[in-house]
Amino acid sequence: MAARAAPSEGTGPAVGARRRPTPLWLRAVGYWAYQYKRTWRSSITTSFLYPVLYLAAMGVGLGSLIDQHTHLVDGVPYLDFVAPGLLAATAMQIGANESMYPVMAAIKWVRTYFAMLATPLRVVDVLRGHLAWIAVRLAMVSAIYLVVLAAFGVVGSPLAVLAVPAAVLGGLAFAAPIAAFAATQEKDVGFTTIYRLVLIPLFLFSGTFFPVSELPGWLQPVAYATPLYHGVELCRDLVLGTTGVGTIGDVAYLVALTAVGYWAATVTFRRRLFV
Amino acid sequence: MVTARGLVKRFGEFVAVDGVDFDIARGESFGFLGPNGAGKTSTMRMISCMSPVSGGTLRVLGLDPATDGPAIRGRIGLVPQEDSLDLELTVLDNLMVYGRYFDLPRKVIRERADRLLEFAQLTERAHDRVDPLSGGMKRRLTIARALVSDPDLLILDEPTTGLDPQARHLLWDRLYRLKQQGVTLVITTHYMDEAEQLCDRLVVMDHGRFAAAGSPRALIDQYSTKEVVELRFQSGHHEAMAAALDGLASRAEVLPDRLLLYTTDGDAALAEVHARGLAPESALVRRSTLEDVFLRLTGRTLVD
Repeated sequence: MAARAAPSEGTGPAVGARRRPTPLWLRAVGYWAYQYKRTWRSSITTSFLYPVLYLAAMGVGLGSLIDQHTHLVDGVPYLDFVAPGLLAATAMQIGANESMYPVMAAIKWVRTYFAMLATPLRVVDVLRGHLAWIAVRLAMVSAIYLVVLAAFGVVGSPLAVLAVPAAVLGGLAFAAPIAAFAATQEKDVGFTTIYRLVLIPLFLFSGTFFPVSELPGWLQPVAYATPLYHGVELCRDLVLGTTGVGTIGDVAYLVALTAVGYWAATVTFRRRLFV
Repeated sequence: MVTARGLVKRFGEFVAVDGVDFDIARGESFGFLGPNGAGKTSTMRMISCMSPVSGGTLRVLGLDPATDGPAIRGRIGLVPQEDSLDLELTVLDNLMVYGRYFDLPRKVIRERADRLLEFAQLTERAHDRVDPLSGGMKRRLTIARALVSDPDLLILDEPTTGLDPQARHLLWDRLYRLKQQGVTLVITTHYMDEAEQLCDRLVVMDHGRFAAAGSPRALIDQYSTKEVVELRFQSGHHEAMAAALDGLASRAEVLPDRLLLYTTDGDAALAEVHARGLAPESALVRRSTLEDVFLRLTGRTLVD
């Protein structure tokens, strides 16, 4: 009876030995990219279409009405005000969408995570790989959004390029904690609750469509405490070139929320996937 | 290849694997036979480093799963009980994606995929989506996928559960070929015919422990007789009939639906049944199987 196995005879893993091994988490990203290949055309089209429609309706349509009456919102035309806010709100939406159903599917429906875990990948690689892929998706959508913003003449500063990583960060600040939550769920009903009680209220009241200062006094601190408010502020300041001390606070807030969410997800993923 | 001493798996209070010892040698085909809930899957998941060990020691390919999980999994092929194929991707893409987890160059995966799809009899379906494939095809694809990394050890958790007889026989044939090629197989099953066909050596598992261990033949010789007479009387009469048949066989087993007589000469025993004036509704003389071993050891049948 062989207590110890002889080393493998130049098969399997040895093939890759001459090259530098690909980091484990990056191999997981490969899967999501493969998946995305099937739907990239419609996905890219949507990524262009949404900002065009939103900016035309909210920025140009509604904006001309608002500008006639109040002239400027926070010192800028309404289109300039609302456009970067919509970028941040879109990042929130993407970050949330990509970390709800896809995470549940990878655990329960398609069991992708389990396929990955039967290979050299560890739970933490599965998590990192998925979040990294969400970051890639966020970067794609945000970059397209920025191009559309520029086409609408919104961009007022070279710093606007940084709105892309800012939106990625803003999206991850939702994706990480929501992924942590999704890994604890048996059914998808919890996601509907997140939409109703978190995402839609944030979308409407976090300074995307009107300044938070217009809210009733008692509600303002609540708005300041939400992640979308900081995402909106960050994107707006970068796109319009109005960054200041507050920008550091916005970044710190979003980094902190992403870090806490990631830490929570390492716990919930491990509990769910490695038992 | 695999060594376990006092291996334990606990889920909270529940003890799924209760201190088992085993050694699996290179090139061997080793089976875990037992009913659902016996602890087979828990043992498999620990060997494949997908589940932490609760107690005892486990070495896989000479390495410790607690610290060398990625290295061990890199040399293992796992065919899980529940399929984890990507139904939206094509057959070939499922192999490509999986091979990338092992960091194999695309070219290498492509070459192996051709060979493996041939082996799994899926070459024609290479560019079809997985979703509409039959259960047997999906299982064969899962096996092909597990082989893409050219593993030293192939672990199959209930490979043919839920398949129709034809699909099972095809799968057995493929697994038998792997065995002939010298691949080390670890198989769990609750089908004794599967265990008899595929396993050089097996352990009979019940309630997290091993009830017996050995080759299928040795287990039958040790725990059962050469032949078995299965008698079916009117339902409810089996206990009474067992009394009437006392002394006729070396052992009798009363099941809800039939009566089993363990004997070296089945035909002689059956003749004696008739000689005693008993008229069973049906009678069958057969060779002993692992099912009889399991019944003897646990008092229960394998598949309820």
